Amino acid sequence: MARADKQACATCGKGVCDGKGVVTFKDGVWHINPVAVQVLGICSALAVTNRLENSLVMGAALIFVTVGSNLFVSLLRNITPRRIRMIAEVAIIATFVIVFDQVLKAYYWEMSKQLGPYVGLIITNCIVMGRAEAFALSNRPMVSMVDGLANGLGYAAVLAIIGFFRELIGTGGLFGHQLLSEAWYTPNQLAVLAPGAFIALGFLIAIFNAISGANREEGSQR
Amino acid sequence: MNEISPLLILIAAIFTNNILLANFLGMCSFLAVSKQIDTALGLGAAVIFVTTATTAINYGVYHHILVPMDLTVLQYIVFIAVIAAFVQFVEMFVERFSLKLYHALGIFLPLITVNCAILGVSLFMIIRSYTFVQSVAFGFGAGVGWTLAIILIAGLRQKMGYSDVPRPFRGVAIAMVITGVMAMAFMGFAGMVNIQ
Repeated sequence: MARADKQACATCGKGVCDGKGVVTFKDGVWHINPVAVQVLGICSALAVTNRLENSLVMGAALIFVTVGSNLFVSLLRNITPRRIRMIAEVAIIATFVIVFDQVLKAYYWEMSKQLGPYVGLIITNCIVMGRAEAFALSNRPMVSMVDGLANGLGYAAVLAIIGFFRELIGTGGLFGHQLLSEAWYTPNQLAVLAPGAFIALGFLIAIFNAISGANREEGSQR
Repeated sequence: MNEISPLLILIAAIFTNNILLANFLGMCSFLAVSKQIDTALGLGAAVIFVTTATTAINYGVYHHILVPMDLTVLQYIVFIAVIAAFVQFVEMFVERFSLKLYHALGIFLPLITVNCAILGVSLFMIIRSYTFVQSVAFGFGAGVGWTLAIILIAGLRQKMGYSDVPRPFRGVAIAMVITGVMAMAFMGFAGMVNIQ
C-alpha cells in the first residue's frame, strides 16, 4: 500500500494526493512560508533560536506535530461535528505535543530543560492550528500530511537560519564549538539576548520580502 | 526560590522579565493589534483579566487534581481547556457590556485562547514552582507587562505611519525591529530585580 502510494505520488497521477502534492509542498516551504510570509508561530521562533541546536530540535518537534495532527484531523474530518471542531483539533494537537515532550524528557533531558515551556507552547502555535483549520479539514489525509510536512519544514528552515546567525554572532561558535577565533572576533552578546531575536527576525522577513519581490502590506502600510 | 516576595515577582514580571520582550510570548496577537492604541488597550485589559484568573484556576487544578492523581503529563491539555472555557466567558461578557469594544477586537478575542502568553504564564508557574500568591502576582504582572509593551509599541507604530520605510521592511519587518529596540530599552531594567 505504502509503495503504491509513493509511486502514485512520484508520477503525480492524481492518485493519493489529488495531484496537489508538489504544489502543496512548494507553497508550505516558500510561497506561504509560515514564519516569513504569514508571520505565524513566531513566539517560539524567537525564543529558542539563541542556539542552533535548540532551533533544530524545535523544528523537529513542530514537523512531528504538524504532520501528525494534520493526518488525524484529516482522517476524522468527515465525522467531526463542525461546532466542536476547534476543541477536537486542540485535543489532537495536544496529544502529539505531550508525546514529543515525554520522549524529549526521557531521552534528552538537557534539551528539555533548555527549551523549558516552549515545547508545551507548540499547542498554541498558530501554525499547527492554522494548518489543521485551513487545510486538513478540507483535504484528504495524504495531501494533508504533505502540507504538514512542508509547513513544518518551512518553519524549521527559518528557525535554523536565525539560530545559525544568532549563535555565530553571539558566541562566535556553533553547537558550542568555538569557530571564530577570540583573537580577532569579539562575540556580540546582544545577538543571543532578546533584542537580537527581534531584530534578526525583522531583517529575515525584510530579506524574504526583497527576494520574493512582493510586500503583502504594500499600500495599506506606509 | 520560594521566599521571593510576591511584590518583587510582580515588578519583575512587568519590567525585567517582560513576557513579551524577554520571553517572546503573545507575539501573534501582538502584531495583529499593535497598530492602534485603543484596540491595544482593550485587548490588553482582556489579557490582564484572563491571565490573572486562569493562573489562579490552573494553580488549583494542577496542585489539587493533577498532582494527587499523578496525571501531570496531562497539564497541557487541561490548562488549555481551562483557558478556552474562560475566554469564552470573557467574550460573552464583552459582547454584553461593550459592543463597540467587541467589534473592535473582532476575531482577536477568541484568539486569546491561542495566545501563548496565557498558556506560557501557567507553564512558567509550574516550572518555577511558585506558591499560590506568587502565581497570582506573576499572572497579573505578566498581563500588565504585556499590555505595557503592546501599548508602547502601538504608539510607535502609529508614528511610523508617517515615515518613509524602505520597501521590503514595510509592515511586519519594521515592527519586529522596533520591538527589538524596545526590548533593548527594557534591558535597562535588568538587574533591578531578578527572578528566573
